[in-house]
Amino acid sequence: MAKKMHITLTVNGKEEEFLAEPRELLIYTLRERLNYTGAHIGCETSHCGACTVTIDGKSVKACTMFVAQADGADITTIEGIGGPDNLHPLQTAFKEHHGLQCGYCTPGMITRAAKLLEENPNPTEEEIRFGMAGNICRCTGYQNIVKSIQAAAVEMNAPKEAAE
Amino acid sequence: MKDDVTSRDDRVANLKGMGCSRKRVEDARFTQGKGNYVDDIKLDGMLFGDFVRSPYAHARITSVNTAPALDVPGVLAVLTAKDLEPLGLHWMPTLAGDKQMVLADGKVLFQGQEVAFVVAEDRYAAADGIDAVEVEYEELPVIVNPFEALQSDTVLREDLVAEDGSLPDGAHGPRKHANHIFTWEAGDKGPTEEVIANADIVAEETMYYHRTHPCPLETCGCVASMDKVNGKLTLYGTFQAPHAIRTVVSLISGIEEHNIRVISPDIGGGFGNKVGAYPGYVCSVVASIVTGKPVKWIEDRMDNLMTTAFARDYHMTGKISATPDGKITGLQCHVTADHGGFDACADPTKFPAGFMNICTGSYDIPTAYLAVDGVYTNKAPGGVSYRCSFRVTEAVYFIERMIEVLAIKLDMDAAELRRINFIKKEQFPYTAALGWEYDSGDYHTAWDKALKAVDYDGLRAEQAQRVADFKAGKTRTLMGIGLSFFTEIVGAGPVKNCDILGLGMFDSCEIRIHPTGSAIARLGTISQGQGHATTFAQILASEIGLPADSITIEEGDTDTAPYGLGTYGSRSTPVAGAATAMAGRKIRAKAQMIAAYLLEVHDDDVEFDVDRFAVKGAPERFKTMKDIAFAAYNQAIPGIEPGLEAVSYYDPPNMTYPFGAYVCVMDIDVDTGVTDIRRFYALDDCGTRINPMIIEGQVHGGLTEALAVALGQEIAYDEMGNVKTGTLMDFFLPTAWEVPNYETDFTVTPSPHHPIGAKGVGESPHVGGVPCFSNAVQDAFRPFGNTHTNMPHDHWRIWKTANDLGLHG
Repeated sequence: MAKKMHITLTVNGKEEEFLAEPRELLIYTLRERLNYTGAHIGCETSHCGACTVTIDGKSVKACTMFVAQADGADITTIEGIGGPDNLHPLQTAFKEHHGLQCGYCTPGMITRAAKLLEENPNPTEEEIRFGMAGNICRCTGYQNIVKSIQAAAVEMNAPKEAAE
Repeated sequence: MKDDVTSRDDRVANLKGMGCSRKRVEDARFTQGKGNYVDDIKLDGMLFGDFVRSPYAHARITSVNTAPALDVPGVLAVLTAKDLEPLGLHWMPTLAGDKQMVLADGKVLFQGQEVAFVVAEDRYAAADGIDAVEVEYEELPVIVNPFEALQSDTVLREDLVAEDGSLPDGAHGPRKHANHIFTWEAGDKGPTEEVIANADIVAEETMYYHRTHPCPLETCGCVASMDKVNGKLTLYGTFQAPHAIRTVVSLISGIEEHNIRVISPDIGGGFGNKVGAYPGYVCSVVASIVTGKPVKWIEDRMDNLMTTAFARDYHMTGKISATPDGKITGLQCHVTADHGGFDACADPTKFPAGFMNICTGSYDIPTAYLAVDGVYTNKAPGGVSYRCSFRVTEAVYFIERMIEVLAIKLDMDAAELRRINFIKKEQFPYTAALGWEYDSGDYHTAWDKALKAVDYDGLRAEQAQRVADFKAGKTRTLMGIGLSFFTEIVGAGPVKNCDILGLGMFDSCEIRIHPTGSAIARLGTISQGQGHATTFAQILASEIGLPADSITIEEGDTDTAPYGLGTYGSRSTPVAGAATAMAGRKIRAKAQMIAAYLLEVHDDDVEFDVDRFAVKGAPERFKTMKDIAFAAYNQAIPGIEPGLEAVSYYDPPNMTYPFGAYVCVMDIDVDTGVTDIRRFYALDDCGTRINPMIIEGQVHGGLTEALAVALGQEIAYDEMGNVKTGTLMDFFLPTAWEVPNYETDFTVTPSPHHPIGAKGVGESPHVGGVPCFSNAVQDAFRPFGNTHTNMPHDHWRIWKTANDLGLHG
């Protein structure tokens, strides 16, 4: 067993401090050590995106990052995107437009889409499809996921447009 | 309550019953990361188990040394076949009447086979333990081709050969060779051969429907927790059939069934992968009993693709005969089915090749014969129905390819050939040559609607122009028009001919109405993304007149849900949906008596109207279902027991037969083999439609899984039995980038025998989609002499087809 490292992380605004083996994958840190079970594990090879979280402003697949590499990072998971009292427009749109079925890919999908819309508030369908290509869904065929993201973009842009 | 100001339409809308696109009640937790999947379960003191797996596809195991693993910090136990043998658990029965090693008993039969189970404090310690276990193998000749298996002297299953070298019968009758599992036949051999021998036109084709895998995004897993104080075992897992798992666990472990509680929590997709019983479940249970602690086992993706539940792997040869004007006279099909090292196919007991005998498709074919030979090879066991009813995707692919091949032979348009051979509306109920009684259909209407919607004639004209342009050197892109018309057979099934391990394939619903007019209903099925909590509440809302929003649907806990056979083969709506409607009608029957008492009229003088019972001819005199629920609990009514509950176990009289008409328009770059799906039109007839939004979502998803299978997804082996596609790097799952937008459409032909006329839809798009995508590829090359090429049509294979046809100059 390797020597444990002292790790500090900020997850969903809360500072976390603990000792961990450097080989511990970040997804297990989040799910098993810190109990943020929203992000899931689908492949452990960076292909499916079920484990997508935001790290220091970038979408990252937490299944292929060691916790040691994340030391000092600021992390947002689906639990930090929105909850019962402050739903993110994407969370509402995915329900409204049937953008999910089994729900397993959904946390990663929404976390990634939130980042995409932050970077590009008015994406075309093609930009959405390209920007979401790192997140696999086995149930929906993506059509309603694209629709959900488009609807959320409209919703998120509405207050801005009203203010202008 | 008497102040009835809302209109009837408002009252109907308020129920959110059948026919409306009710938003899903499941979505709140899933969109907020609050789902509860099996790997989210965390119990006090929980351990983690994982497998030492064989790197070889066929080998004898000469020794297993677990001692070094037990020295690894955090490792608590290592189980081998020797440890399971005293319990009689080193082998387990399969769903197909065969048996399967839980842990390697002297030899291994496929790469990735479970050899030892390491139990540790966490998954990292388990991984260290796996590395430390020392296994010595002696390699044996590997057979990955079923035709070679039937010729070979290498015996894969010595346990199935008697000491004198003779071959005892298998679960499905006599065996022809040590590596042969069964021969299964349907139809009339002699007459069919005679019809074909004497026919004017005969088309023949050989096709391989490749091995693939359902690959749900969540892999299989479980948590076993043996409570030694109370003698109760709780088993959480990704089970598509929790009650069947409870019975199987009881039968093989000897723990009484009432002391076993199986819980299927949220399931991250199933598609057939989670129907079977796997060694991981057995080992977790044993490890929990041994250690007295909960034990979790979760597959990684490689384990999943390499070991649990492959699909397809059918080598099919067909002959189809017709008159010169295209009327089909006979059909013959032979299948060599590669089942891998153990026969663990998930089919009803009497159907070792599932419902492959639906292979006459949507056509009025007077004579037919089917024979299937199951064969052992050094590949993983499984043979599940990946997003289809039992082997129906294989059957529909077969007939929809044979139709195209026959059209080429007849030099006829394939759409027209289908039209003149469809079973006619007035022929239903229709008994097919291979035995099934199709309940209802209107194929011509659906086909005409589909062809009109896509402007079929216009497409053919465009395609002809494209071929001319290609020949003239003006383009390097060909255009394919893929057609398919499918009939599914779902809703297994009538107990008289459908059972799994002797368990009849009925299903169930139990409803309890609360005094204030809300309700809970529990079913024997389990959602894996289909949205049962949404749609079953809609069925009930329409049946009992309480709003769907006031009805909780619960599934997956065998301590509370009534016994049922689970969710696969599109059986939830046809079977459990029927049980739901029937249980609702029992509620309504009692409610009618209560209403009549409250209204002081005879039972026959009140009638149900949306959400109430009203006096006939005096609609202003009524009691709402809410009033009635309250009275059921709070008013002494002579001759009527208090309470308002019902249970229904529904044994369907027949299967249901959803159908559909699909058209795919595809452009193919001849020089790169890259395909571009320009248009996909899908018309589905699933009978009565419960929730159009969910139906559309199912169609999108099923088509996308069909696209995957047709255009690239496969479990491929090399000659040594190594799995070449064991990760998502090599195993094709389409992303948003590859998938087109689909156009959906429908007709409605209700099932005549189903209480609400519903037929099931989840698997139709997969069944119809695979041949449609494949036919589009094949059709593009038809003008250049192509009759058939095997799937998956990935870029390389398409390029090769073009090259073989001399299209690269």
